[in-house]
Amino acid sequence: MSRIPTGWKTRRNAELGLLAFAMSIVAVFGATVEANQFDEIRMTSWIPAALVGILFLGLHVVVRFTAPFADPVLLPAVALINGIGVGFLRRLDLAKAIANKQPEPGIFAGTGGRQLAWTLASLILAAILLLVIRDHKIVSRYAYTLGLVGIVLVMIPAVLPSSISEVNGAKLWIRFGSFSIQPGEFAKLALVSFFAYYLVRKREVLSLASRRFLGIDLPRGRDLGPVVTVWLLSLLVLVFEKDLGTALLYFGLFVVTLYVATERASWLIIGLVLFFGGVYLAYLLGASVGGPFANFYDRAEVWLDPFARANYERVSGSSYQLVQGLLGLGSGGLFGAGPGAGSPGKVPEVRTDFIFAGLGEEIGLFGLTALLVCYLLIVERGLRAALAVRDSFGKLVAGGLAFTLGLQVFVILGGITGLIPLTGQTTPFLSAGGSSLMANWLLVAMLLRISDAARQPATGTGPDRAGPKKAPVQLHGAMTEVIKP
Amino acid sequence: MPEFVLTVARFGFLVLLWIFVFTVVGVIRRDLFSGARSKSIVASPRGVGGAVLQGRPAKAKRGKAARQLVVTAGQLAGTRITLGEAPITIGRAEDSTLVITDDFASARHARLVPRDGQWFVEDLGSTNGTYLDRGKVSGPTPVPLGVPIRIGRTSLELRP
Repeated sequence: MSRIPTGWKTRRNAELGLLAFAMSIVAVFGATVEANQFDEIRMTSWIPAALVGILFLGLHVVVRFTAPFADPVLLPAVALINGIGVGFLRRLDLAKAIANKQPEPGIFAGTGGRQLAWTLASLILAAILLLVIRDHKIVSRYAYTLGLVGIVLVMIPAVLPSSISEVNGAKLWIRFGSFSIQPGEFAKLALVSFFAYYLVRKREVLSLASRRFLGIDLPRGRDLGPVVTVWLLSLLVLVFEKDLGTALLYFGLFVVTLYVATERASWLIIGLVLFFGGVYLAYLLGASVGGPFANFYDRAEVWLDPFARANYERVSGSSYQLVQGLLGLGSGGLFGAGPGAGSPGKVPEVRTDFIFAGLGEEIGLFGLTALLVCYLLIVERGLRAALAVRDSFGKLVAGGLAFTLGLQVFVILGGITGLIPLTGQTTPFLSAGGSSLMANWLLVAMLLRISDAARQPATGTGPDRAGPKKAPVQLHGAMTEVIKP
Repeated sequence: MPEFVLTVARFGFLVLLWIFVFTVVGVIRRDLFSGARSKSIVASPRGVGGAVLQGRPAKAKRGKAARQLVVTAGQLAGTRITLGEAPITIGRAEDSTLVITDDFASARHARLVPRDGQWFVEDLGSTNGTYLDRGKVSGPTPVPLGVPIRIGRTSLELRP
């Protein structure tokens, strides 16, 4: 690592240590599952954890060479969550195989095995992103293309016939036989980049040339036009696709990016008022008119009182799933039944939307809180990178991505625990599903790239680290170097 | 499998999870208090400690030529630019030689230009002005060695 000046801490070894620790926790999880399910810990129990560990080690090596100053905490924290996700899905497969008196599924078989394969694919994608994008500012060159790609990705499932795109009433998918992808997950990354680029270009205009209305500064319509268009379009499509969670995600993303770019709290107020007003209106419309809003009305009713008999016995949108999840969390209690000792199979969709309820039954509030703190730390490190990085585009991208991740965890967890109406969202890195895993790993790779730029020693306007260069670096005809260690 | 082992595994897993969380927090904490950033958050006042500001800046040595531009205060404190023949632009614009992220700096704030071995500082119509020691810079002004140029919260000076 000759291009790292001596005396600078890259913290890569800390990352490696944390990664090894995270993988040993995943191995302990696997072993405990076997102890509870088979009454013995076999020699093969460590194989899935070791496989996952090797995959993450590979990404760690890529980070070591392509983003030496990246945040040391991001990768291990995400790896822990992903590893436990794979372990838990495998545990569900084992329980199913035992119940059906089938032989134990192979390493790459069943949902857990598929998730392992998807993890491999996602890590390769993340490594490619780190290798190709050596400087996050390059992304801003393709901002308009990315914006267009984002809209197209969001719109594809709405346009496709229901037979291809509809799963459980939500038109979010593209299915080819048994294989399906959820393009909206990737659209989120593209839209963040587009919003960030556009708002950086316009931030001065947005915060200076404004019209005062009701004590709130509103920017001129023509400055905001493209962003509002993108946002309205994606929102319309999402309502049309009947997926409220994702619509909420894009809306939150839009408002927060705007807030970060203009530093005006009025945007947050406008956003919250608009959102709560819209939701209440949808609820009232659902109660009186029905139609496209009936679905939302059902969910709100179920949320208000999941244990009511009328809601439990509802024909469409029954509270059965929510109640099972809540009972699972409740029977887990403080410390849980122990990995492999609960009965998460009772909760519908425990592999995807309700994975937190299933996990909660086995590791209890104590364990769930630890996982939530891990999510919190990932988001915090993302925001930290946003604060520290010097260019505005990087700030907005990192802030937007970190916020999206946090909001997604909030939406699904709030839904499962009954804090907010339930909307189908994947739990990042935990739920079974390739699209979500890939998109979120790309998100983490982007955060790693930006945190690398943020934490590297200040040598003028950021040296081009694509190739070995002689120090001091030549910048605009002036030689730059850093004296302080 | 005895009940005891299962209980140990169950609680051991939870304890390990939390040890991991605290280790991560520990790494973050060590990161905050060491490494990348300079040790003192606020630059030491003139004449107090710090080899950086030793010697009376006002008594400039005329004899030697400036070789370096050093940032002594502000976010980029510690950055050193070796001076050549090319002029140096300072501002928030990303194509400036020295990009300063300072709320009080303009996009193109000031310029340092060499003329016959002497460096001149020139304000490029900035909003908040450029100061040479205490005086506001209005036209091209020669910059003696060791006299601070102030732009917003950033201080720069020429060194031999």
